[in-house]
Amino acid sequence: MRLGLTPAFLVKIVSSVVLIPARSVHKSELVKMKLLTHNMLTSKSMKGVTVGYPLGINVVDIKVTEVDFNPEFISRIIPKLDWSVLWKAADTIGQLDDLPKELSQEYENDNDFLKKVHHVLLEVDIVNGELVCPETGRKFPINNGIPNMLLNEDEV
Amino acid sequence: MNQAGKRYLLWFAQEHVEFRFQEINSLLTAFNITMDFIEKPTDLQPYWMVKFASEQDAKKITQRSVLLRSCIELWGHSNSVDGLHEMMKKFPEHLMEPHLDEDKSFKIEVETFCKHFTQQEKVDKIEVFEYLPYKGPVKLKDPDTCLQYIEYYGVDPNAPPESPYRVFFGRWIASGLRQLIKYLSLKTRKFIGNTSMDAQLSLLMANQAQIRNGDLVLDPFVGTGSLLVAAAQFGGYVLGSDIDYLMLHARTRPSRITQQVRDDDEGVKANMMQYNLEKHYLDVLVNDCSIPFWRDNLMFDAIITDPPYGIRESTEKIGTSKVNCKISEDHLKTHIPAKVEYSLSTVYFDLLNFSAKHLKMGGRLVCWFPIFRDDYSEDDLPRHPCMKLEANSEQVLTKHTSRRLLTYEKIAEYDNCEDVENTIKDFRYKYYETREESRQERRSRKAELRAKGRLEAERRKVTKLSE
Ligand SMILES: C[S@@+](CC[C@H](N)C(=O)[O-])C[C@H]1O[C@@H](n2cnc3c(N)ncnc32)[C@H](O)[C@@H]1O
Repeated sequence: MRLGLTPAFLVKIVSSVVLIPARSVHKSELVKMKLLTHNMLTSKSMKGVTVGYPLGINVVDIKVTEVDFNPEFISRIIPKLDWSVLWKAADTIGQLDDLPKELSQEYENDNDFLKKVHHVLLEVDIVNGELVCPETGRKFPINNGIPNMLLNEDEV
Repeated sequence: MNQAGKRYLLWFAQEHVEFRFQEINSLLTAFNITMDFIEKPTDLQPYWMVKFASEQDAKKITQRSVLLRSCIELWGHSNSVDGLHEMMKKFPEHLMEPHLDEDKSFKIEVETFCKHFTQQEKVDKIEVFEYLPYKGPVKLKDPDTCLQYIEYYGVDPNAPPESPYRVFFGRWIASGLRQLIKYLSLKTRKFIGNTSMDAQLSLLMANQAQIRNGDLVLDPFVGTGSLLVAAAQFGGYVLGSDIDYLMLHARTRPSRITQQVRDDDEGVKANMMQYNLEKHYLDVLVNDCSIPFWRDNLMFDAIITDPPYGIRESTEKIGTSKVNCKISEDHLKTHIPAKVEYSLSTVYFDLLNFSAKHLKMGGRLVCWFPIFRDDYSEDDLPRHPCMKLEANSEQVLTKHTSRRLLTYEKIAEYDNCEDVENTIKDFRYKYYETREESRQERRSRKAELRAKGRLEAERRKVTKLSE
């Protein structure tokens, strides 16, 4: 009895890799900064600044885009947040919806709540504007969604 | 001996050999899996014979590995072809049966490592297996069971022996991530620069950092974001910072020869979008990492980075040696901050200190460190009391220089580590010294030659005159 193997049998079928070409993206997709990032920044490294937190936000325009929801990420990021600062920031830019002022205890299993957090953290973006040091009033411009936190040599 | 279901053959790509142990080790600890060697592997062999507690474990490790090509459940191995067939004929049928039943399609693949055979020769090698107790049909594409027969002829393709050193037979379990390397290749990447890290090494770094779904990951020297692409691929949510405003805004000169100007939609985020990873992109900011703007109690799950070595790029930070300098309001808008040199040793000292402070307990820092090979000593590597050096492997760059991939794990709380002393050596002095030396040598050798030539010309003149 033969195995009935033809030479074709030996041509190893390397499943082909589908290469994704660099697609062009509308510029407005790129130019945004997230409230999550605002929650993590301080100006405490500046000369003469002690706390430098939270930074003020001057918004020129904001944009809301849909982003895939990952409950695991959101429940892991919540303990890393300063909740009241997030709440205030969302309030400042009019994106509070009905986000509760106090963080609920059992948020991990509260999908509705996680979705609300997901929305303010990842779907609301500051397109143009500035972050402001709360102690010195120094402004950090957000250009094309990228905050510029470079200090000048007389500020360090 | 008959624990056949628990013996596996791991087959590696013959590349970045130095990194194998480190990668597999990182994955084993990340997934909390144990693996035992059946036979001590050597550096040159592309295979390891190992034991896993379950097929599930073998799969998990393989499917996440960048350096592994594949993993097979080892049914038999021998030093000779006849020996293997002897062994397979005696192999307990009940172990094969579940995979060779009527309802299981199958195929046999032949690999000959380092020796070429014609198709017909390969078919002949397969035909010998006709004694196998198979009942199902042969199917070439996506069979239920893929059996692999491997002949290993060493690693020197120019001088393979007559018959193989080793032969293996078993059932294919899983493949590694070799295809991902191609998929994420810099050749087709939207936004790249002179120091973008290639896909393979970036993925390797993300594995060293044990990146998992939902991790918060930072690259403080982000450049074009090549390391963050790899981190996001494994589920990391990524943040980056760089001192270079023009780089982050993609206004630096394109590094592709074929590209005249940068597209206006380039940037780290565009790279993420290219691979549908935009949901993992958080933000990048223009920031001098020696003056971080991160909130004190912010904790990252991992930090992966390729700091500037300053050979091709300059290593600078913002500062001035002027006393009491003040920039007037008028100048402020257009002022470009003055920079002072940021020594390599300070770069690493700051990076370790920052990581000790901002990594979660058990979180990892993965970074490259340049060294001068002749006087490398492990004692000179960056150290920090909170950070344990977990892995260290070398990638040789030139005869004299190499870089080492260092993996640190945070093992102690960062309380008052401020008085930690910086004892890191700067390899560049040596680098420039030797280059300087050889340049000088060359110059003096040339001068000597010229002097010799002049001398000889003089001598000829003199002899002519005296004739
Ligand atoms: C080796 S490159 C990293 C390249 C990056 N992995 C990529 O994918 O393009 C080092 C980067 O560090 C940046 N850099 C140099 N000095 C810095 C500083 N003091 N703070 C922050 N970034 C700095 C440089 O602008 C450069 O982009």
